[in-house]
Amino acid sequence: MTQVTNGTRIVKAIVLLIGALLLFAPFLFQDVRSIEVAARICIFVVLVASYDLLIGYTGIVSFAHTMFFGFGAYGAAIALRQMGPGWDAVALGALAGVLVSIVVAIAIGLLSLRVKAIFFAMITLAVASVVMVLASQLSQLTGGEDGITYKTPEVFKTAYKLVTDADGKVVKVFGVKLNGKLAAYYFVFATSLILFIALLRIVASPFGTVLKAIRENEARAEAIGYRVVAYRTAVFVIAAVIASLAGTVYAIWLKYTGPDTALNFSIMIDILLMVVIGGMGTMWGAVNGAVLMVLAQYYLRDLMGVAAEATANIPVLPYLLDPHRWLFWLGIIFILLVYFFPKGLAGTIMAKGART
Amino acid sequence: MTQISATLSRLGGVYLLPVAVSVIAFILIGAPSSWVTLTVAGLAMGMMIFLMASGLSLVFGLMDVLNFGHSAFVSFGAFIAASVLAWLGGWLGADSIALNMLALMAAFTAAILFGLAAGWFFETVVIRPVYADHLRQILITMGALIVAEQAILAIWGGSPLSVPRPNFLQGSWLIGDVTIEIYRAFAFLLGLAVYIALYAVLNRTRIGLLIRAGVENREMVEALGFRIDRLFIGVFMAGSALASLGGAMWAGYETLITPALGAEMMIVVFIVVIIGGLGSIQGTLLGAILVGLMANYIGFLAPKLALASNMILMMAVLLWRPNGLRPAVK
Repeated sequence: MTQVTNGTRIVKAIVLLIGALLLFAPFLFQDVRSIEVAARICIFVVLVASYDLLIGYTGIVSFAHTMFFGFGAYGAAIALRQMGPGWDAVALGALAGVLVSIVVAIAIGLLSLRVKAIFFAMITLAVASVVMVLASQLSQLTGGEDGITYKTPEVFKTAYKLVTDADGKVVKVFGVKLNGKLAAYYFVFATSLILFIALLRIVASPFGTVLKAIRENEARAEAIGYRVVAYRTAVFVIAAVIASLAGTVYAIWLKYTGPDTALNFSIMIDILLMVVIGGMGTMWGAVNGAVLMVLAQYYLRDLMGVAAEATANIPVLPYLLDPHRWLFWLGIIFILLVYFFPKGLAGTIMAKGART
Repeated sequence: MTQISATLSRLGGVYLLPVAVSVIAFILIGAPSSWVTLTVAGLAMGMMIFLMASGLSLVFGLMDVLNFGHSAFVSFGAFIAASVLAWLGGWLGADSIALNMLALMAAFTAAILFGLAAGWFFETVVIRPVYADHLRQILITMGALIVAEQAILAIWGGSPLSVPRPNFLQGSWLIGDVTIEIYRAFAFLLGLAVYIALYAVLNRTRIGLLIRAGVENREMVEALGFRIDRLFIGVFMAGSALASLGGAMWAGYETLITPALGAEMMIVVFIVVIIGGLGSIQGTLLGAILVGLMANYIGFLAPKLALASNMILMMAVLLWRPNGLRPAVK
């Protein structure tokens, strides 16, 4: 059992702090980019946490998580474009995405979860890449490489006024306009929070305990009488559904869906990095990892650019610090992390207190 | 029914699959000349994929290590060969076959040498610390793949690189109304030569015996006093070198390569290894030929389906035999 250590308290406190910052983000950081960053963090926390359910709690490696994310995003995008902006389209799109995800997840799970874990990783990789190619080929439906732009429900338009004063102007609270952008952000925040809490609940339930048992010793779990394949498939489906819902929410927030935002393999790599940096097998780690990675993506690259310019006169340094090289460094950090801190940041901090 | 299956297995069992596929394709295509062209193209493609996949399969069979970074060797091989060929451009354009051959050999040698060195480095530095831990293995080799791809981007840039072909491999033969591209025939022959060499090493030499025994039961071979880990480095290096050679061949086949090459080929290689069954050379060859043939036939018969063809093939095989057609690993 996990005992409550000082480290655990620290991690939880950090997560609560992050939650509070995200809750008041529109008021604390009043520029467009910060809100983008905050919304992206919300979505990726859910996405990474659902992936952690697979890799950290059950010990199965899937490379198809972005595919499910994409199903949700494309479901909403296609529905919103065909039916026009409205909640019915959002609901239908989300439902379609979830249904497709369930069917595909069950098919993959039953086909390949009974064989070696490594087989499963290869098969998910193959399926995901084929879906990616299909999405860019079926351009009538998915808009191909260009993706789809569409309108979201009226409430989320920047011009929409949530609360108006006597003159019909938008009311400001602490200098923040109460407009559709704010509503959209809180929609993202609330759904992400609900999904994340649902994940926490799943992990703490008896079902979650069985998952950990399977991760620790598959043969023994089977011997005790749990049907490992059924549990694995179930958890794969749950993770797929949550990823798909996260995709729908992201599609509504961005008002655009394309291969780069919803299906690209680089998103899968991002998720992997976030899980490993944050710490596998702890939902809290997912929060930390997602926050760190998204912040790094938005701000570290700028910083690298500045550093490269500052060192322009020194021979090799500017070349190494070029913002284009950033994934290179990230890859190296990733490898080192897996070697030396396999538990990730949260896991390492949580283990610290255990000895005292 | 049992009689039929007995006869089938005496005739070659699953090895008949490519034959069956090509016969069905012959009926569907109808025109013998295009069928021959497609079959040759499929066989050539299959052979090149075999070169890339064989190392991965053997390494997995011997040491239970699956290298997700395997395709990095393929793309490095392709780019190194392309650079060497571009550098020796004068020799390639020359009319003498000897000079052409020399340039081609130089390119292949460079790719193979790189594969050997990179394989050694990869095995000792990256993979050794994470033996027997599949999860971390997948993660680390994936990380290594990211780093390798970025390195290629940094060295050769992101724009497509055109690869010159040697003069004597340009063009095609015309036999009746059948056209056969010379490069394809060359790729097929080279692949076949490598397969025969591999087969001979594995089945006729002492080292091959040890490798096969190691695939079958590693602990037992170790208990008998053989240093399996040393053997493993050798197999890993050879596998990487083959992957680089395959990449070099592929570069000449495509004539235009991009840094995305590695990721594309990785999917195909994985599908081949899954179809063929991990750990066996014959299975890999079978899977590679099947994938190559299917890709070409379906590309001709139903171009819309071409992208999904590998996927459908893989699904069908997995439904039939969850461990692949010819697995060597139980």
